[in-house]
Order: sequence, then structure tokens, then C-alpha cells
Amino acid sequence: MNIFKLSIKNLFYRPLSSLLSLLLLALGVSMISLLVLINSVVQDQMNNNLKGIDMVVGAKGSPLQLILSSVYHVDSPTGNISLKEARSIEKNPMVGNSVPLLYGDNYEGFRIVGTNEKFIELYNLSIENGSFWDDEFEVVVGKKIATKLNLKVGDTFVTSHGLRQTGESHADTPFTVVGITNFSNSVADQLILTSAESVWGVHGDHTHDDEEHDHDEEHDHDEEHDHDEEHDHDEEHDHDDDKEITAMLIKFNSPMNVIQFPRYINENTNLQSAVPSYEISRLFKLFGFGIETINLLAYLIIVVSGISIFITLFNSMKERKYDMALIRTLGGSRLQLSSMLVYEAIVLTISGFILGIILSRLGLVFISSLMESSFNYSLNSYGILNDEFWLLAISILIGLMACLIPSIQVYKMDISKTLSNE
Amino acid sequence: MIKTESLKFSYDGRKYFDFPDINLDTGENLLIIGNSGIGKTTLLHLLAGILKPESGSINISGTDISKFSDTELDKFRGDNIGIVFQKPHFISSLTINENLKLAKYLSPSKTSGDAKKILESLNIKDKYQQKPNQLSEGEKQRASIALALINSPNLILADEPTSSLDDFNCDNVIKLLKKQAKDHKAQLIVITHDARLKKHFKNNLNL
Repeated sequence: MNIFKLSIKNLFYRPLSSLLSLLLLALGVSMISLLVLINSVVQDQMNNNLKGIDMVVGAKGSPLQLILSSVYHVDSPTGNISLKEARSIEKNPMVGNSVPLLYGDNYEGFRIVGTNEKFIELYNLSIENGSFWDDEFEVVVGKKIATKLNLKVGDTFVTSHGLRQTGESHADTPFTVVGITNFSNSVADQLILTSAESVWGVHGDHTHDDEEHDHDEEHDHDEEHDHDEEHDHDEEHDHDDDKEITAMLIKFNSPMNVIQFPRYINENTNLQSAVPSYEISRLFKLFGFGIETINLLAYLIIVVSGISIFITLFNSMKERKYDMALIRTLGGSRLQLSSMLVYEAIVLTISGFILGIILSRLGLVFISSLMESSFNYSLNSYGILNDEFWLLAISILIGLMACLIPSIQVYKMDISKTLSNE
Repeated sequence: MIKTESLKFSYDGRKYFDFPDINLDTGENLLIIGNSGIGKTTLLHLLAGILKPESGSINISGTDISKFSDTELDKFRGDNIGIVFQKPHFISSLTINENLKLAKYLSPSKTSGDAKKILESLNIKDKYQQKPNQLSEGEKQRASIALALINSPNLILADEPTSSLDDFNCDNVIKLLKKQAKDHKAQLIVITHDARLKKHFKNNLNL
């Protein structure tokens, strides 16, 4: 038996008030830690997918939508642009590297992206099984999809039109899986890659206008506005080579170009350019307010848990005054008595913190599975983050503040008075 | 050996107490008797080192504790003095056994007695693993005597140990205290207003 063990026994002797303090703290800690986790995982993932992309060129519309659709592959594309115009941008001396993207179909909700070998270089992809495509209607499947849909090299499948599973299916042009990529921790893990020619090939027997109509029907109403704008622009090019792409990812020769070139495109062409880093920071700012509010609320809960610990200790001092006087008469010092209360507060806060961290990891598993089913995105990072060490420090500080007044009072306790009041 | 000389104490300079000298040889017990408000508990707290005297000296087994610091008093009390309170006190979150273990822990320099033997001699060995609130009043009082004895004190101070007891139990408790003090080679000082106890003590001190 020692003072620390005595503190633990005391906590178990008042299980309900201990539990209340514990749960409050765990709730606050888990909320903050979950926010920190999600923030860091999302930013990591977002930044990882931004590597090597200075600018995206696509059809006019919302710049954020353009970035979300062609860099993160979550939103619908803004529309198509003509290959000819895309080529002319490619030739500009400021452009270092460019990757064309071509959408049209999906398989089981996973997007099929027509592109070229530059995409493979951009995301640093390697083949785990099989090879990259070299003919039309051959696809390379991202690792996550292959696992989820149980696809193997040599499998064939029929795609459906649009980006949702409900589109009309292209039964006459089946695709063959020729390779499966290694896990790259980027969007490429959840994409089906093929050559641009394959996507053109699937849609080759449609007239251009038909295709656009299909697109419109399939999008939500609020997006139609963007498409309308784009129609005018499409018509201009109908007499050209009618090949189109959806967007183009661009890396500049010099980072300075990011200042002039996007503006040049927006002002002098019918295309739209968007800078991913700028749009994403704008997106985070939009989220920011909500996150700040939840964060504040979580800190408030932690403070309330501190108050709860304080009240618990303070009330228990009255109940326990004879216990404490007895400890002194048995030879315990003032310091030992005070440290008993400090231990009680610290044990509560540290176990509340640990419980909170466990809860936040469970929450992340839950949110990740939710995201995976609706966005084909998953979050994975369960280590302790730097911010969480701060959270531990804050929790301990709150615990120390909560026991400050009670332990000083106990230190100054007049045992003679306490004992003669019986 | 317990000796006090011209012991004086006051609460906030208002209530003054001037206690008669105590001179008790080793092996002797003492009954201090007096009415309420006369300073009985104050004297007990002075002897126990819970209060410090304004002037005078308190010598217990050759050590003058009147000039000790708080920490020194805590330590001296833990090692040398066992206190039996009018109302038994325990650490309520601990079992009887754990209470005894804590008492041993708080006074580490002292070779303490065997908890089981002490509980056996007090006839409450089977209450070993129980929490204090599971014990009857009589058992609680005997368990609190065990707590006072566990560190083999030189001096046992008992504060009104019999005031709420009937004649039969009064006799039993005082005999038990005297026997335990004798067995543990400790001196017993009982402070009370209970005149029934006079016949049990050779040395009486009237306040």
C-alpha cells in the first residue's frame, strides 16, 4: 500500500463521479483528436495527390469543381475541351509537362480515365501484376479497386456511361484488365486507367451532340449551368477534329509561371485554368470555420471536465476529512496528503486522455468506412500525432489546475480542529 | 516514560489552558478525567503532537517533542503514538487489512506488528478483507484499536473510548485497551469524563 495505490482505491470508491469526469475528458479529447487526425490525413492525402500539378486546364465552370474532378476524382467534370486547344497550350514554352485526362465511363462506380504514360510518371505508378496497356480497350486497375472488386489480369468487364453505375452500358466494347498497379497512396489507387484512344473508341459511334446530351441528363441540375456555357464553346469546334479531352494537368517549367499563365488562359481562351494549391486552400478555409467551432466546443468540454474533477475532489474533501486527519495521525505528512489528491486528478486526466485517443481512432475507422463507401476514399493513419502530445499536456494541466485548490486546502488542514469536531 | 512540565496552550490568544504536570513512569497507565470544555481533547492533541504547546515541554520516552516541526511531529506520531478516537476513523475506501497496511507504509522506519495477530487478539480476524462500513460499531472500535497498535507505539492515547457504551461494554473495552497496551509494552493514557473508569486506573489526574 502506498499513496498512489490509495488514490486509485479512492477513485474506485466513488465510481460514478470518477466516471463522469473521465467521460467528459475522453469526449473532449476524442473530438479534438479526431479533428486533428482527419485534418492531417485529409491534408496529407490532398497534398500527396497534388504533387507535380501546378495547374489544371478544363472547360469553363467552377474552378474548385475542375480541381476536385480532375485531381481528386470526386466531383463531376466541368465538361470537355477540344484536343486541338489542349495541344496548343501544351506547346507553350512555359508548360513543362502535361497530362491529358479523358472521362466518360465507369465500372462499378470507379472512374475510367483515358490518359497516357505521363500519368504513370506523374503518380509514380508501378505494376504489381501484368503490364501497362498498349492497345485499345486494355486497362490497368488501381490496387484498391482490384482488391475490392476482386479483379485479376485477364478479366474483362463492360463499362457504363457517365460516372455513376446507373449509366447505359457499353456492352459492345468490353475492356480487358492487363495490369494491376502497386499501392501508391494516391488517387491512382482508385482509378481504372486506359489509353485516351480507348475512351474515344467506346464513344466513337455516338455523334458528338448525343454524347453531350447524355452528359447533361446525368448531371445534377445545379451543374447544368456549367454545361450550358460549355455548349456554346463546343459548337465552335465541331468542324475541327472532333476529338476532345476532359482536362489537362500541367506542370510549369518555372514556378514563377503560375502567376501569369493561368490568368492568360482565363482571359484569352475559352478554357478555364485552376491552380490546385490555391483552390484547396480556399476549400480548407471554407471548412475552417466549422472546424474551429467544433474545436472550441471540444476545448470547452475539456474545461468542463476539469471543473467536474475539481467539484468531485472538493466535495470528497468534506466527506473524507476524517480519513485525511487519520492519515496525518498515522504519521502521514501534509505533502503526502496533498499528493494523494494530485494523483487522483492526474490519474483521471491521463486515463481520460487515453480513452479519448482510443475513441478517436474508433471514430476514424468509422468515418473512413463511411468515406470509402461514398467517395472511394479511405483514411489511414492511426499513429499518435504531435498535436496529440499537446493535448496530453493540456489535459494534465487541466487536471493539475482542478486539484490545485483542494490540495492546498488539504495541505493547510488543521487536523486538531477536524478531529475535535466529531 | 511520559513527562510534561508547565504545559500552556491558547486558541487564538483567547482561550487559555494551563495543564497540570504529568509524570508517568514506564509501564504505568493514566486516566485523565474532567468535564467538557476543560481542555481534555486539547491536552490529548498536545500529547499526540497534533497541537504544539505555547510553552512548556512534553517528553515522551526521552524525546522532547514541544519544539518539533510539523513534519517531525508527523513522523514521531506515526512511529511512537497510537490514537484511539471516540468515534472510530478509517480510510473508507480501503479494507481493514489495507488500512493496516497503509499505517505501516506511513511509518516505514518502525518495525510494525503482525496485522493478523493483532486482529486475532481483538477477535475480528474474519473482518480482515471487509470495508469499514461493513463492520458493526463494536467491531469498528476494535478495528480502530488495531490501527492504533499496528506500529507498536510506546504510547496509546484513547479519547473518550467508553462514553457511548453501557457498563458491560465499558468494562470490556477498557480491559481490552489495558491488555493490549500491556501486551505491546505501551503506556496507556485515557482521557474521559466517564467516572466509571476511575476504578480501573491507579493513576488519576483531575483537570
